[in-house]
Amino acid sequence: MKIKRRYFLLGAVAVAGAGVFGVKWADGDAQRRAMATTIGDGEAGFTPWLKIASDDVVTIYSPTIDFGQGSHTALAQMAAEELDADWTKVRVEQAPALPGFANAAIIQGFANEAGGLGDKIPKSLLSLVARSMPMQLTGGSSSIRYVGQILMRKTGAAARYVLLEEAAAQLNAPVSELTTADNIVTHAASGRSLRYGEIAAAAAERSLPNTPTLKEPAAYRLIGQPVARLDIPSKVDGSAQYGIDVSLPGMRVATIMMAPVREGRLESVDEQPALAVPGVEKVVQQDDAVIVVARGYWQALKGLRSLSPRFSDAGHAALNSPAIYEAQDQLREAGNATNSAGSGDVDVHFDAPDAQIVEAQYRVPFVHHAMMEPFAMTAHHQDGKLEIWVGMQDPLSVRKIAAEAAGLSPDDVTVHPLIMGGGFGRRFPQSCQIIAQSARLAMECPWPVKLIWSREEEVRHGAYRCQSSAHLKAAIGADGAIAAWRTDYVQRDNAEMECPFNYAVPATSRRHFTYTTNQDDGPLRSVNSTQMGFYNESFIDELAHAAGQDPYAFRRAHLADGSRHQRVLDELARRSGWQSTPAPGVGRGMALVESFGTIVGQVVEASVDEGGQPHVHKVTAVVDCGSVVNPLNAEAQIQGGIIMSLSIALGEEITLENGAVVQSNFGDYPILKLADTPPLIDVHFLQSDAAMGGLGEPGVPPAAPALANAIFAATGKRIRTLPIRDQARALEA
Amino acid sequence: MPVAATVNGQAVAFESETDTPLLWALREELGLTGAKFGCGVSACGACTIHVDGRTVRSCVFPVSQAAGKTITTIEGLKSNEGELHPVQQAWIEAQVPQCGYCQSGQIMAAVDLIARLGKPTPAQIDEAMTNICRCGTYPRIRAAILRATDQAAE
Ligand code: FES
Ligand code: FES
Repeated sequence: MKIKRRYFLLGAVAVAGAGVFGVKWADGDAQRRAMATTIGDGEAGFTPWLKIASDDVVTIYSPTIDFGQGSHTALAQMAAEELDADWTKVRVEQAPALPGFANAAIIQGFANEAGGLGDKIPKSLLSLVARSMPMQLTGGSSSIRYVGQILMRKTGAAARYVLLEEAAAQLNAPVSELTTADNIVTHAASGRSLRYGEIAAAAAERSLPNTPTLKEPAAYRLIGQPVARLDIPSKVDGSAQYGIDVSLPGMRVATIMMAPVREGRLESVDEQPALAVPGVEKVVQQDDAVIVVARGYWQALKGLRSLSPRFSDAGHAALNSPAIYEAQDQLREAGNATNSAGSGDVDVHFDAPDAQIVEAQYRVPFVHHAMMEPFAMTAHHQDGKLEIWVGMQDPLSVRKIAAEAAGLSPDDVTVHPLIMGGGFGRRFPQSCQIIAQSARLAMECPWPVKLIWSREEEVRHGAYRCQSSAHLKAAIGADGAIAAWRTDYVQRDNAEMECPFNYAVPATSRRHFTYTTNQDDGPLRSVNSTQMGFYNESFIDELAHAAGQDPYAFRRAHLADGSRHQRVLDELARRSGWQSTPAPGVGRGMALVESFGTIVGQVVEASVDEGGQPHVHKVTAVVDCGSVVNPLNAEAQIQGGIIMSLSIALGEEITLENGAVVQSNFGDYPILKLADTPPLIDVHFLQSDAAMGGLGEPGVPPAAPALANAIFAATGKRIRTLPIRDQARALEA
Repeated sequence: MPVAATVNGQAVAFESETDTPLLWALREELGLTGAKFGCGVSACGACTIHVDGRTVRSCVFPVSQAAGKTITTIEGLKSNEGELHPVQQAWIEAQVPQCGYCQSGQIMAAVDLIARLGKPTPAQIDEAMTNICRCGTYPRIRAAILRATDQAAE
């Protein structure tokens, strides 16, 4: 295996990122070390992300994680497209957790999107980058549009370029007379051809071009095709190995109980009852938790249940969910905003004598990710080295966090990334308590130990979507148009960077009031766009009714003529049959939200039955994400986002009582099931020239407000607080 | 005392204590990790297997009750020749899985449903398929069941 100078391709990407962010990215050495871990005999590495074997098998190493969004397949499609690879010979693997594979493309993508940043990095943007980096890789919506567009396509194109050069040399023919298809370079004039596998080793010695020409969309053979996902066969026969499935010789299994009140501490525990349980081998006390290690999970769980640990409440005993809303109201009414944005002077319009003033207050609770696979991490400490097996969004951060917890250097920590049973933003390492727990535990054990969180711990110790509330106020002018719009919202994080306000309103104001609790507010699929979408799209519906206008016509009148947003809205009205009369008792509601570069409009048809149960009959979605790499997968992402959003809106709520989470499992934290899923979720994509937007997240935000608006249309009752569940009984029309 | 049973056609003797949920005996004793742990309280269906041909949520099914029973897990659905079960095949054709974590359980539930009813109606599918999928693959689960039973999707 010989590796020479072929690192500057990514170098170029990295420098661009570094220029903006002042971050130093992987150097040639790091990439060389990275490739040394993946390139075997008979294989040629072109960059850390692409290798070709002598038998023509093309392997793509994805620097981003696929936790079910199909991003690995889509990334491979993009590299293979530019390479003119034979799709049946393409494999995709998770890149090892080494800096040489790191993901500068995502940072650069966000930098480009933000545009014109000086050398000062706004904190809010960095945190957005950090939060989106791991997630949706298809979802967080960065992996395809940034990693795919920037990294994978260039890698594929650059490799094809040097393969052509090498073939030209061997065939003694000019490159211009050569064509490539299905892993073969052909010289039509002489009838000769070479397989990629035959020339890969020599081609990989050549210098990669810095800016290889990329294909025009008209030439695509793979991008845009409904290619079957490469990971699916292993997910229908039980062979896919998730983090929780790891098994090592001599391994023990552990489970944990954390302080019920977040930030509480373990004060004392009598370990004896657990040690008396057959199979239990060890009890480990940590700052805020007690862990039981046993031969198997059941024994560990029985041991844990036999304990009566005492935990402190860290002074949060008075924290209750209703009180949080009250405190948020008071904070907002006090009027000292942390951040303000907008344009024009809303007060002038609010004070205008002919203005029609509309005000409304909305509330959304903490929401739990409820990924199907509870946290599980296996760690083994031996001779100063720590080995880790886990499924997380960002394996490099896992390494760093585990090293810190274990008191080791990151160089002494090896992370084996495994596939994940869902994430939705929960597996962002900075919020994953299990990494430090498991690393510390391993330092005290002579065996490899797999730590598994029970579902109860999972539900009670989430990094929830924040509990948030907002007061919205608008002035409608004599012409029936919105003259001024103000959103005052209270939550920990400023949402300004994430949630573009797309309606043309002469004066707007968005004021953020910072409110924190003891909870670790985390990103949940579509992040702040879930609640901001609910606020804005519920309120504009209220404004339309106040103005005596149709919600579609009213929205349309406030969107720029010929804009992408208006096009989505028009197509949505057409596809959903907006103008037709719905079935008796059924109401239609609409919402339009842009997030992660993608515009999604949805119409929900819903009714409320005599028992007060809401029913969703149909959802129509129209999506403009620029272009689509894999339509099959894109549809699945949008449908999945809609179902998650309906589930959250209808029934999901984490509440705090005396500082602790009340809910504990799927019984009191209900997830939408198949029977409650509308029989029809119609998803349509509009092609546009716009930069590629995300797909994992943007399906989520519109469904909740569209549902609330549909319930209003059906019953005349306005839902302003989520979840709908407990209010619906009072709603029957 | 070991508990004798048949798992995927093989005679086995479970050594786990008899109150151990079958899920953990299958996963940790036999290394059959296709059945997943989701909730531990029979609320999600990720652990669904077949006992004597009928679905069981193995997280609440003690090893003691497995004595003498015929148990099938997702790993045992393939034919002896290694061919996928038609329901597994339909799952691939309909491109159902996203994260995939719930899908062993979903497939086992669907196999039982089809074995019992032949061509289930949409209402029967709604009633029988109560396993949770957080990724929201329900539309494709419906489509795959219809496909596996030669019924046209609506
Ligand atoms: S793990 Fe058995 S039903 Fe959830
Ligand atoms: S595919 Fe992820 S939970 Fe069902």
